[in-house]
Parts: sequence; structure tokens; C-alpha cells
Amino acid sequence: MEILVCVTRVPDTAENEIEVNADGSDIERDSLVYSVNEWDNYAVEEAIRIKESSGGSVTVVTVGDGESEEVLRREMAMGADRGILLQDESFAGTDGRGLATILKAEIEKGKYDLILAGAQADAGAGEVGGMLAALLDFPYASLVNSIEIVDDKTLKVGREVDGGNIEMNRISLPCVLSIQTGINEPRYVGIRGIRQVASVQIPVHGAGELGLSTAAVEPRVRREDYFVPELGAGAEMLDGSNEEIIDKLVEMLKAKGGLK
Amino acid sequence: MAAQIFAYIKHKGGAVDDTALELISAARNIDASAEPIALVAGSGADLDQACSQTASTYKQVWKLGNSAFAYPNAEVLRKALLAVLPTDAIVLVPHDAFGMDLSPGLSIKLDATFVADVLALEVSGNDLRVVRQEYGGQVSSHSLCRMDKGAVINIRPGAFAPVEALASIGEVVDKSSYVAEVSTGREFVELIEAVAGDVDITKEDILVSIGRGIGDEEGIQIAEELAEAMGGVVSCSRPIVDAKWMDKSRQVGTSGQTVKPKVYLACGISGSFQHLGGIKGNPFVVAINKNPKAPIFQVADVGIVADLQEFLPELTERINEG
Ligand SMILES: Cc1cc2nc3c(=O)[nH]c(=O)nc-3n(C[C@H](O)[C@H](O)[C@H](O)COP(=O)(O)OP(=O)(O)OC[C@H]3O[C@@H](n4cnc5c(N)ncnc54)[C@H](O)[C@@H]3O)c2cc1C
Repeated sequence: MEILVCVTRVPDTAENEIEVNADGSDIERDSLVYSVNEWDNYAVEEAIRIKESSGGSVTVVTVGDGESEEVLRREMAMGADRGILLQDESFAGTDGRGLATILKAEIEKGKYDLILAGAQADAGAGEVGGMLAALLDFPYASLVNSIEIVDDKTLKVGREVDGGNIEMNRISLPCVLSIQTGINEPRYVGIRGIRQVASVQIPVHGAGELGLSTAAVEPRVRREDYFVPELGAGAEMLDGSNEEIIDKLVEMLKAKGGLK
Repeated sequence: MAAQIFAYIKHKGGAVDDTALELISAARNIDASAEPIALVAGSGADLDQACSQTASTYKQVWKLGNSAFAYPNAEVLRKALLAVLPTDAIVLVPHDAFGMDLSPGLSIKLDATFVADVLALEVSGNDLRVVRQEYGGQVSSHSLCRMDKGAVINIRPGAFAPVEALASIGEVVDKSSYVAEVSTGREFVELIEAVAGDVDITKEDILVSIGRGIGDEEGIQIAEELAEAMGGVVSCSRPIVDAKWMDKSRQVGTSGQTVKPKVYLACGISGSFQHLGGIKGNPFVVAINKNPKAPIFQVADVGIVADLQEFLPELTERINEG
């Protein structure tokens, strides 16, 4: 099976305190730790497992800048065969629809049976996979947490829905799936793996190669600013030494029935 | 505002979801006098019941009946909606597992703007200005969305106050005959219900809940010890289950369990809305997190900025001393 996985480079929210810059035009980017979007990493792992069990290839693609190369290499070190970087000045301020349009243009240059994306990324929108499927006119399933190959035309996929229930679907290839975390345990990537792919050429495709006009990636949703919401009531913050904090906390827990 | 506003109504076994009343509020933030048209899809007696319940708050209900809609398969329903919606429609959909499945593709097929997981909105000139959260809720943003070609807007459940149910009866318009073609490349097979675990966290009064901040699998031990000292049990956020450190039945959240404890200790949990969506009944929430700006501090009653590895064992020791 020829599989394409869409990945993206994001600030690691588990590791970073994200702060807004002085004029609210962006987040503070200095000293942020970046990584591959968590959901995408699961998608790449799943693609590699399918390749290992039934053959084919895995291509990872990202829309980004030069720095995004590092996430492509990381996923190649994991076992993806190729990386493609889609980079152009006109791509910079685009929205989810624009990203899907750019990805579609690249996908149509190749021949893929299965396209995977992460269920969502740092903006929490979860939109690119579904938009891409609709643009390609491929069937789509989101929040997929299991994939079983039925035959060369069909997959059986589980979608995670409310309350931890799983919705099983039959879906025909080619299709687009967005992958939910928990589907697998992504393998560890060691320094050795990274070194092995360090010198592999990564093709860069711009708007020209993809046949995209500026109008095609013009955003319909434009971010005006970032801000930190006012903290409503907010929590009563306990401070002092650990001992003092624990004294106060234990009193509160007793009063609220938090100690039996 | 010229374009008509529609609201996608979720229902289960004929009972309409709370979001139905919230979407009216959201619509009225776009246009104060909006009377959105309800879109109710389904089949059989469940559909009739859902339509009549919806008609107690919506003036107009569009009924989409088809045996293929018995289970809400988003690919099939997208086709149905495309058959009845006008091109410049503004469509409000709850942002949940179904809305995430349906809406991005629907917006492309309608050639409409899409914006996901909206917390607040207002009209700004010809555009819509929306508030969203990004980076796991650590910061918020305003975005301007074009509306001239219509829009599909996913509304975060719980973000808008529900309107009161009206006494008046709305009109149910049967649009089923407009929907000719419902087959797609994706076919619903079955729903597999979540299995119960060894401990039922939904029945516990005291939960020591751990998130990614617990660090590693060994960290679970210090949470277990604290829970035992407090007389409660350990629950967790999703990454702990994804890492297979705890059973799925211990996961709190929209794709996990809904809990109603008296006391909820959130340890190393950032406070994403999918996690908070599983905490009901207004418990006393204590958040322990090393990041003073973690979004969990916006909803907790009491906040402590500390490292779990150090703080939890000290707290346990103190409680055990009595
Ligand atoms: C459709 C969908 C459904 C989902 N359903 C659920 C669900 O049901 N339940 C759920 O929980 N999530 C769910 N999620 C995932 C959710 O979006 C978040 O990714 C998840 O809740 C984050 O978990 P966390 O808070 O444990 O981790 P993180 O967001 O990574 O936060 C970890 C926190 O720990 C703190 N920390 C780190 N180290 C320490 C330390 N040593 N001491 C103290 N604090 C520390 C950090 O400051 C940070 O705030 C869902 C996502 C999607 C897309």
C-alpha cells in the first residue's frame, strides 16, 4: 500500500509555557521546544506498521519552512521512506482550507492508496484531514483508533466517539483517515536513526511546482491576535513553603470531604 | 444579516442533546433576532420524537428521514445536508466526535468558510470574529472569518448558555424526499461499547487524577499512595491511557468517563476542554501543576504550583500522620 502521512511541526505544549508576545501578534517563539505534532506521530507509526505487515511505502509530507525539515527527518528515522517539504512564501498566512489545498496539489502528483493525518494539531481545529478528503473526493473517517486491512480495496476502521465507545466502519480505498492518539505506541527514535537519514535529500515543492496561485491559498479565516483570557474567578493559589501549603490543603480537604 | 442560520441537532434514542439549546444562543450572537432552522436527521420513531422535542424551541425544524440515518454516519449525513442547504447558509454544529467528522468536509462541499471549536463569536463588519483556544488551551485567539460564501461553525459544547425552552410549538417540515443519494465509500458497521474496568471511577467521591506531568509509569505509584491515604482512587487524563500505563476505564473526559466526585485532585493535568468535559457535579477541584499559567488554574478552586514528584509524597506522608 502506498501511504502518505501529513505531518506538522509544533511547539511542544507538554514541555513549554506558551506566552503571548507584547503586541499579541504571535506567541513568544524564542526558546520554544518544537516537536512533531503528537497526533501525526501516531499516524506515521501506524503507516509504518501497515508497510511492515503488507508492503508498500510511506511518504511524509509537511507544509512549512526550512525548520520543518527536522520533523520530516525524524519521521524518516522512524521508518518513513521519503519526505517532501511544501514551502512557499505565499503559504505562510494560509488557513486550514489553504493547507488542504496545498496538500491536495502534492497528492495529485503521486498515486497514494491511503492518506493519513493527525486528528488535530496545535490550533486544535482538526480540520485539514476532512477538508483534504472532500477536495480529493475520497471517503473520510476522523478520530480513527484502529485500522484493519480487509482487502486491497477496503479497510475496516474504528473511530473513537463519545464516552470511549468505538464506531466501526468499512471504508473504501483510496481514502483519508485522521488518526487519534492511542492507536499504537510510536517507536522510539534514537540518535543513530536520525544520523542515518541526515544526508537524505528532501525535495522542496513551491507554489509554482504545485500549480497553485496565491488566490488558491488565500485564507478565509485570519487570526487577528493571541491573548490570555481573563482568569474569571480562577483558583485560590496556595503559596508558602510546601509545609504551609500542605497544612492549608489538608484543612480544605477535610472540610470538603476529601479525606476519609 | 441576510443568510439563514441552521443548527445541527444531535439526538440519541429520540432524546435531544443539550447542545440544541446552546446553538440557539450561538446563533443569536451572530444576529440577535435569529431564529435558526433546526436540522434533525434520523429514522423511525426516534426521529419523530427528536423532531417534536426540537420543535419546542426551534420555530422551524427540517426533518431528514432515511433508514441510512439510523446511525449518524457523517459521510452519509453530509450528502443529505448538501441536498437541502442553500449555498450561503451559516451552519452551526457541536464540536464533538461527530462534528469533527462532518464539518470540515461539509464546508468544502458548500464552498463555505469553516471554523472549529468556537467559544465566543460576534459580527465584525462583513466578517465573523470568533474566539478559540490554541496550544492545548494555554492561549486564546481572535480570528476573522469571511461569511459572504456561507460558513460552517463548530461550537464548543458548554461554551454558550442554553436558551430556555419555549412553550410554543414550531413547525416540522419534512425534507426527506430531497435526499436521493445516500450511499458513500464509508459504511457504518457497528458500535462497540466501552468495557467496564476493575474500578468504577464514576462512583468515587475522591479522585486523585494524574496527567502527563506524572512523568513516567513509576510515578503512578506515588499517586496510588496518595489516593489510598485519602480514601479515593486514581483516575487519569488521556495520555496516561495512550501510553498504556492505566486502563481506559480510568480515563476522565469526553472520550472517557464522566465523573461526579466530591473532590478532584488534578495532578500534572493541563486542563484541556476534552478532559474537563468529563468532570461534572461541581466538585472541589485542586490543581497541582508546575506551570503557573496552566489552563487548569482557570477552573480549579485551589491551585498549587509544585513539582508532583516532590509534592505528592509529602502530602501523602502528612495525611498518613493524621
Ligand atoms: C477528540 C479528542 C478527544 C479527547 N478526549 C480526551 C479525554 O477524554 N480525556 C483527556 O484527558 N484528554 C482527551 N483528549 C486529549 C486532550 O486534548 C489533551 O491532549 C489531554 O487531555 C492532555 O493531557 P494532560 O493534561 O495529561 O497532558 P498535557 O496537556 O501534556 O499537560 C501536562 C501538564 O503537566 C504539567 N507538568 C509536567 N511535569 C510536571 C511536574 N513534574 N509536576 C507538576 N506538573 C507537571 C505541565 O505543566 C502540563 O500542564 C482528547 C483529544 C481529542 C482530539
